[in-house]
Amino acid sequence: MADQGKWTFTMTPTRKLLLLLGLLGVLGMVYRLVTGLGSATNLNDQWPWGMWIGFDVLTGVALAGGGYSTALIVHILGEKKYSPIARSALLTSLIGYLLVMAGLFMDIGRWFNFWRPFVSWGYTSVLFEVFWCVSLYTLVQLLEFGEIATEKVQKGWHSLFKKMLPALLIIGVLLPTLHQSSLGSLYVIEVGKLYPLWWSMLLPVFFLMSSFFVGPAMVTVETFLGARAHGHKPDISLLQSFIKISGYVMLVYLLLKVVDLFYRGAAGLVFAGNLEGNLFLLEMVCGVLIPIIICFTPQLRNSASGLITFGVLVVSGVILNRMNVVFTGMADFMGGAYFPSVIEWLVSIGLIAIGVLGYLFIVENFHILPSQTLSQTATPVDGVKTKTASV
Amino acid sequence: MSKGVLVDLTKCIGCGSCSVACKMWNALPYSQITQQQGSNLDADTWTVINRAEVKKDNEPVWRFIKYQCLHCDEPACVSACFSKALKKTKEGPVVYDVNLCVGCRYCMLACPFNIPKYEWDKAFPEVRKCQMCANRVYNGDSPACVSVCPAGALTYGDHKTMLAIAREKINGDGDYVKHIFGEKEAGGTSWLYISDIPFEKLGFRTNVTTKPLPEYTESIMGLTPAVGLSWGALLTGMYVYNRRRNEIAKEKEKPGKK
Repeated sequence: MADQGKWTFTMTPTRKLLLLLGLLGVLGMVYRLVTGLGSATNLNDQWPWGMWIGFDVLTGVALAGGGYSTALIVHILGEKKYSPIARSALLTSLIGYLLVMAGLFMDIGRWFNFWRPFVSWGYTSVLFEVFWCVSLYTLVQLLEFGEIATEKVQKGWHSLFKKMLPALLIIGVLLPTLHQSSLGSLYVIEVGKLYPLWWSMLLPVFFLMSSFFVGPAMVTVETFLGARAHGHKPDISLLQSFIKISGYVMLVYLLLKVVDLFYRGAAGLVFAGNLEGNLFLLEMVCGVLIPIIICFTPQLRNSASGLITFGVLVVSGVILNRMNVVFTGMADFMGGAYFPSVIEWLVSIGLIAIGVLGYLFIVENFHILPSQTLSQTATPVDGVKTKTASV
Repeated sequence: MSKGVLVDLTKCIGCGSCSVACKMWNALPYSQITQQQGSNLDADTWTVINRAEVKKDNEPVWRFIKYQCLHCDEPACVSACFSKALKKTKEGPVVYDVNLCVGCRYCMLACPFNIPKYEWDKAFPEVRKCQMCANRVYNGDSPACVSVCPAGALTYGDHKTMLAIAREKINGDGDYVKHIFGEKEAGGTSWLYISDIPFEKLGFRTNVTTKPLPEYTESIMGLTPAVGLSWGALLTGMYVYNRRRNEIAKEKEKPGKK
């Protein structure tokens, strides 16, 4: 893979399945664009926002938070020991945002008008800030990736990208801070509609913090998945100290949540025993409390199974949190019923499949993972070894 | 001058003329109009009349409730629209410009009364709701529904005058409940309601906040420039400081340079 100018992409049964799912997703998208939202989705007047906004956009952006949190830790705070993780975190984040843009494009009713907010400034809307930040941040990430890409193609541009990098890195942390919190602010206007367990003036803070602490968890899950796929060993000592950063933020998050619930007088609803209360408990106990315990128990944190459990729980917890805000917390007020249609599922799954394929292709053709660093700087014998191992 | 409509629910006979006039003036396709609690608006039905069966002085009575966009003084939908497709005109109506609409449907989520509806069956749908006959109002006429009401349940005029009449009525006649729906709800609305039956029994959302909804987001959005600038400055500072720190650390590591 250190071979310059050569492209490789080995087809495996899993990849063929992903390709099939991706193709089905594309078909679903074409159908939606031609026929409209009503025939392609189960959205209705009670449920104007469904799976594409709830999962593909709100959850997608949160899970892609690993990009900016890693950039902040490695490049801004200068914690260089984590730099082996930085490039794969950036790549996941970039792909995540491209998928979010695709999901958003599918969801807007008048998609040929997608550019309107660039010229017709509805600046009082939280969505306006989200739209601008997400668009600009995707551009910034593409430019950041340019620095990696030009190591292999269009090498003449490499020095230019390298010069731009410091500015890109700073903007690339600033923008996500703004729009991750704004995604929470979107639901502040749902005052009295969104269930009090989730509605709070602190929604932007909660969304920002959870998008930050899910970063290291997401990186952990990816590292283990990637390690299995590419047959190398994940660096447990590095990951265990990385997730501690999540742990501290989660502690503050938990504390803030509890204080906020008591301040708003909504604490009693937690143990009300209804659907909202139970799902809130599930979200907080499995997604926050248990991971904190794992994180601050050295024996658990230092084991592969402990790390994987931590990663999976935190990621699921953040997914559940976003689902609770979009669906559980709104159900009582909105009434009616909504369950995603076949096409909504096909498109969501297809987009993820395309994202995974894209990630695999780029990892195998560009210098992303630390093992590749070794293959480039190591002795020729080692280089041959890594090469044969990865083919 | 901002206009308004006063709905006196004690006078409505439930004839449905208003909803027919609305269909005719706005060239909306007909569907079967039913009068029952919970009959709702849709993309082609911008006003409905709900029939509520309630008790007054222990006697069962019927009340008819005309329902449509309330045209908030500070509309949540307008503040939520990120392409300025919705706006509040100075005459009062909250109107929609399809040319600017992206179709994100955030207005539908933002509305405290769940008014805006969507043309789900169209390839390029529009957001649809009562426009308060904005062009009629602009030309000094009353909205179509008001112009046909045979029972005197709907009164159109200056918003302030409507509020004054409403106050006079509820204070002068003990039969009315002492509440003008729309005076304070969601920060005030162009449409005002008075009734002899408590509003919560008639399906009104009486627990809605009295603070204008845009203020909730404004208080957060207003912080964005300050937060953005100071956070950006802090990030730059930390970046420069830590890069220098790492450089110094590297130089110290080099042998013979101590």
